[in-house]
Amino acid sequence: MTFNIIVLAKQVPDTRNVGKDAMKADGTVNRGALPAIFNPEDLNALEQALGIKDQYPGTKITVLTMGPARAAEILREGLFRGADDGVLLTDRAFAGADTLATSYALAMAVKKIGDFDIIISGRQAIDGDTAQVGPQVAEKLGIPQVTYAEAIESIDRKRARVKRRLENGVEVVESPLPLLVTVNGSARTCRPRNAKFLQKYKHAKTVTERQVENLDYIDLYSSRPYLNLTEWSVADVNADPVQCGLSGSPTKVKKIENVVFQAKESKRLTDDDTELEDLIKELIANHTIG
Amino acid sequence: MNNVFVYLEIEDGTVAEVSLELLTKGRTLANQLGCKLEAIAAGAKLDTIEKQVFPYGADVIHVFKDKRLSPYTTLPHTSILVNLFKKEKPQICLMGATIIGRDLGPRVSSALGSGLTADCTSLEIGSHEEKKAGKVYENLLYQIRPAFGGNIVAWIINPDCRPQMATVREGVMKKEITDPNYKGEVVEHEVKNYVSPGDFVVSIIDRHLEKSKVNIKNSPIIVSGGYGVGSKENFQLLYDLANVLGAEVGASRAAVDAGFAEHERQIGQTGVTVRPKLYIACGISGQIQHIAGMQESSLIISINNDPGAPINTIADYVITGDIEKVIPKLIKYYKKNSK
Ligand SMILES: Cc1cc2nc3c(=O)[nH]c(=O)nc-3n(C[C@H](O)[C@H](O)[C@H](O)COP(=O)(O)OP(=O)(O)OC[C@H]3O[C@@H](n4cnc5c(N)ncnc54)[C@H](O)[C@@H]3O)c2cc1C
Ligand SMILES: Nc1ncnc2c1ncn2[C@@H]1O[C@H](COP(=O)(O)O)[C@@H](O)[C@H]1O
Repeated sequence: MTFNIIVLAKQVPDTRNVGKDAMKADGTVNRGALPAIFNPEDLNALEQALGIKDQYPGTKITVLTMGPARAAEILREGLFRGADDGVLLTDRAFAGADTLATSYALAMAVKKIGDFDIIISGRQAIDGDTAQVGPQVAEKLGIPQVTYAEAIESIDRKRARVKRRLENGVEVVESPLPLLVTVNGSARTCRPRNAKFLQKYKHAKTVTERQVENLDYIDLYSSRPYLNLTEWSVADVNADPVQCGLSGSPTKVKKIENVVFQAKESKRLTDDDTELEDLIKELIANHTIG
Repeated sequence: MNNVFVYLEIEDGTVAEVSLELLTKGRTLANQLGCKLEAIAAGAKLDTIEKQVFPYGADVIHVFKDKRLSPYTTLPHTSILVNLFKKEKPQICLMGATIIGRDLGPRVSSALGSGLTADCTSLEIGSHEEKKAGKVYENLLYQIRPAFGGNIVAWIINPDCRPQMATVREGVMKKEITDPNYKGEVVEHEVKNYVSPGDFVVSIIDRHLEKSKVNIKNSPIIVSGGYGVGSKENFQLLYDLANVLGAEVGASRAAVDAGFAEHERQIGQTGVTVRPKLYIACGISGQIQHIAGMQESSLIISINNDPGAPINTIADYVITGDIEKVIPKLIKYYKKNSK
């Protein structure tokens, strides 16, 4: 028994390590100051796919990502950890997409890939924390979804059994295939890169990367087809340009505001004993504590 | 037609807090728009729903009774909303940013081709001018949420698509009874007209719910720790202080991500929203996502070794110093001066 698995993965700015230089003087976000990483929960998603492949060798894992040219890094990262193939969906026309336009584009790419049993995505991407793209891709493909998954416990030709992590408990559900699963950060962490795959795929590139870097080892790429990372445009996946990117996004950003906190007149204290004791006395006296 | 709808989350016949909070917000929005507030209840054991919901000002409750609708599964609830909305054409639909709301909302929005904004911290009605098209939109829902790593707040609108959908976390809006005797209309729907047998393909094999041990939302005093606390061991200092004060311990996301505290303790946009009498922020810098969840605390004390930490601007008392030094002293002087 083998399966065809598609993992949805996104390259995101590392918003968990936002430093002081993340904001420019004019108050806009300095994306350049943030390292781009593999969205953490998408690594949990990849690990679930790899787990199935461990159990059913011959299973094929394709990592699918939509983003700018550099998002091909995500595909290589996936290959280094055990994925079999990578597809980059990239086109100017995809820019400015909200979750609905993103899921439309991803669903069109999934249709182009064609044969799949299960799609695994992260629960949410840390750049927006919306958790919408997974369910929306499932809806667009007309397949069931299981969100907040902690483990794909078992799978056969017909169905999968999935453990979900709820706010206050766990739930085990069974769904027929094909199915889309979104995976929680509480799931097993992803295995590290594998030295053998690193060696094998380190020169894997998209067409654009080969052009930009002027790599003309034509021989290398024709003798080792697995080094060619697939790159698709709007036209390649037969997508309607109007439904992509900004024009396909029902939500618009009306404005972005810098946060102005309602600054208070604060009392300033040090760690001096008398000051701290006075504070405690004051809080007790006005019944805030005690 | 064109009313404000709230999807009710129901566990064992009881409507979730977050849904009541959204009804309160929905009532305000409906008043501003001069339209009705409608609620959707789908599940089993719905006998007391009216009593629970009408006091919050719902004008209509759409009831879908069927054992198979409880516990919640995605597909049948999606079909109910999608088919109901095709008929009723709501202008606004609100849901909790809970596991259910965040499973259902995107599925429904995708099926209707309407936009959805997750985790809003504020909802307002206002107008919008599309300069290029020379078009003015009146009475849009501003879906306001912090975005991108802090420091900015985005105002999101859906000019052309309906319903305008938004999810909101529990505790962000305040629930308030409009009128204990308010009576609306109950509309009971035939479930089979909305749901197809194919919607029941996903089955729940096993389900364990446990009551959460932590109850920060209702605690009058919160001692909250951030990344600056430094380690899980150092968090013990916060528990010690919380113990003597009769407080709960909260945490920033950075502290939770670093494994210093459990996820249930996270306060902020993607955690719990709290409004305690006293909030003591220890080693928390105060990014917008954190502040969004605690700024309405009556009194805020910040303990931070950086005098310029952003949280200090909203604090009533700023103690500049190391938590390792300050907290033991606070404990000591509390013990000395109390009773
Ligand atoms: C979409 C999204 C959603 C988010 N949701 C949330 C959320 O719900 N809740 C949340 O909290 N965050 C959230 N965040 C993260 C948020 O942006 C910040 O990264 C986070 O709040 C920072 O946590 P912190 O203040 O503990 O850490 P830091 O920013 O690292 O601050 C640590 C502070 O400790 C001080 N310090 C260091 N050592 C000491 C010491 N010995 N004694 C005293 N002080 C010391 C430092 O001066 C500093 O001010 C979210 C981010 C994103 C992108
Ligand atoms: N541009 C993208 N390319 C590939 N996968 C994506 C993309 N955007 C979102 N996803 C997937 O959808 C999940 C949820 O994303 P979000 O709705 O943005 O929080 C992510 O964890 C990814 O698995």
